[in-house]
Amino acid sequence: MTAAIEWLSEFVRYRELFFFLVWRDVKIRYKQTVLGASWAILQPFFLMVVFSFIFGRVAKVDTEGVPYPIFSYATLVPWTYFQYAVPLAGNSLIQNTGLISKVYFPRAIIPASSALSGIVDFAVASVMLVALMIYFHIPFTAELLLWPVLLLPLVMFTTAVGMLFAALNVKFRDIKYTIPFFMQAMLFLSPVAYPTSAVPERLSALRYLHPLAGILDAFRASVLPTRTIPWGELGIAVGATAVLFIIASVYFYRTERSFADLI
Amino acid sequence: MGEAIHVEHLTKRYRLGSLRHETMLREVITGMFRKRERREEQTILAVNDLNFKVDQGEVVGLIGRNGAGKSTTLKLLSKITYPTSGKIHVKGRVASLIEVGTGFHDELTGRENIYLNGSILGMRKKEIDQRIDQIIHFAGVEKFIDTPIKRFSSGMRLRLGFAVAAHMDPDVLFVDEVLAVGDADFQKKCLTAMDELRSGGRTVIFVSHNMAAIENLCPRTIWIDGGKLRADGPTQQVIASYLATFSDAQRSGYDLEKVANRGGNGMMRFTRVDFLDERGEPTSVFRSGEPIRVRFHYKVNERMKNPDIALAIHSDLGTRITTVSTWQAGYYIPELEPGVGSIDLVIDTLVLQPNRYYLSMWISAVEEWFDVLDHCIAIDVEESDTGTSLGRGLHPKWGLVYTPSRWQLGPPVAASR
Repeated sequence: MTAAIEWLSEFVRYRELFFFLVWRDVKIRYKQTVLGASWAILQPFFLMVVFSFIFGRVAKVDTEGVPYPIFSYATLVPWTYFQYAVPLAGNSLIQNTGLISKVYFPRAIIPASSALSGIVDFAVASVMLVALMIYFHIPFTAELLLWPVLLLPLVMFTTAVGMLFAALNVKFRDIKYTIPFFMQAMLFLSPVAYPTSAVPERLSALRYLHPLAGILDAFRASVLPTRTIPWGELGIAVGATAVLFIIASVYFYRTERSFADLI
Repeated sequence: MGEAIHVEHLTKRYRLGSLRHETMLREVITGMFRKRERREEQTILAVNDLNFKVDQGEVVGLIGRNGAGKSTTLKLLSKITYPTSGKIHVKGRVASLIEVGTGFHDELTGRENIYLNGSILGMRKKEIDQRIDQIIHFAGVEKFIDTPIKRFSSGMRLRLGFAVAAHMDPDVLFVDEVLAVGDADFQKKCLTAMDELRSGGRTVIFVSHNMAAIENLCPRTIWIDGGKLRADGPTQQVIASYLATFSDAQRSGYDLEKVANRGGNGMMRFTRVDFLDERGEPTSVFRSGEPIRVRFHYKVNERMKNPDIALAIHSDLGTRITTVSTWQAGYYIPELEPGVGSIDLVIDTLVLQPNRYYLSMWISAVEEWFDVLDHCIAIDVEESDTGTSLGRGLHPKWGLVYTPSRWQLGPPVAASR
């Protein structure tokens, strides 16, 4: 317990470095792309267009009467964040070997700041969500207030996954090849393009193992007036996220002392 | 005055993994299904039972040959890496300077990099705000401070990096060899800045190969050899005895049988290395551009199939310059029976500039290490009248490697209008 408190207090002591690294990642991301901030909108937007054609027109996914573009965009925004942040955080340690072998600071700062830097894109893409809601005449409800709040479990889940990958990546250099595969599998295993109602009832126990699904579903429900927030599902997802976060932190704490020797 | 640093029985053991390759998950997985073969883990003791105390306000030099454990000690003190056993107590706010400009990013401006680098070194934003003008002035980059540093020259980057470091305000400072780079003017400026740090009552541990700088800055010096404390006392005495060990270092032959700090499973060992000149006579002189023959004597303890013998040359700062091996040369050593023998490596042209170099050598086979000797021999390469007979020679400052080459002027081209 004291070790956990010490670990966290070191993190707090270095909070300024944490924010500087987030700021660096955001700044560099927008400096290096020609499209800058618009990239944050274009990515989920184009996916939405492609999905609307495949799942809306060809496969005809049941959206409960909601136009497919807004149905998918509501989950594509948090999904795009996850898809951007996990590989970034997962590879962050091996890409900052210079820092790790030359300076001391709590190592968790590196994957955590990488994971957090993605929320700027999320914010920009959320503006586009509002524009789409107006375009498709989706009424604004009080439930929409939950949209920014849901970012909390989403960032926590993303950070946990990113930290696990990051720590494993230092130890096993072929982990980085598994990240793209993991992301691809997650896209299909999560209710991004399809509703959770499409999942057979007998598989519903899987939600305990897949907190991202519950979080994404809540994101969607906060936008669509036809849905109410699935509080029960969300509660399970948040609980599972917290457990994963603790597991990831403990694993990270146990391995971080050897990072400088292995990297 | 109180104690600032207290090191007790500090020991760091590294697995010899770094000389091998990175671990792959698939190897671990396939390894689970394979029959477990117990292989003796190969380790080296980078730091071996080190004990010392430093009082508050003391400035202590840390010297030793490459691979002696200086840098590891500094990294242990800075908490970058953790000891295998032993304890370290450091009182107060610590800053360590192992590299100048750590974390600099090309796309960010000079000003942005000051904030980033400063916070990496443990400075608070408020402190950087207060000192930013001084930092910019110290670095002498006022004009370019708002341009991305990818447009900076390497000298400007270095100055900016040191400027940030010189404005840290720690109680305890660890500095590693950062003065080895940069021109003489800048080095002087850095030494002055270090001197100011000292007068500010800080505790400093300073690692360097620059004996003049150590003598200038540190009243007390610790000499580490083979990971152990060899001497600790007044700087002049320690440096004198340290340098004395170099005079007999330059020899034509090296007995390697008694070297304790080595890796490998011992199935085959190096016993001796001799250096021979063109005529096959023993020599202790290494000259740029001249041939040299290296004779490795070995002892085979267990019968083995085609071992690979390799030699690596490192700069005095530890950079590996080149590696030659029988495997790479396609030279096939047949099966060896237990016994002794020798093999010659013939270097037609020693392409090293005059400087000090370190040699590492090992004998291995696929997935197996028989003998590993890291930085076991130091050689001083002397200037020679290479290439021309004009006495122009070579100079350490021109780089590490001398390139045998010719110049050829193209045919005249009429000036275009």
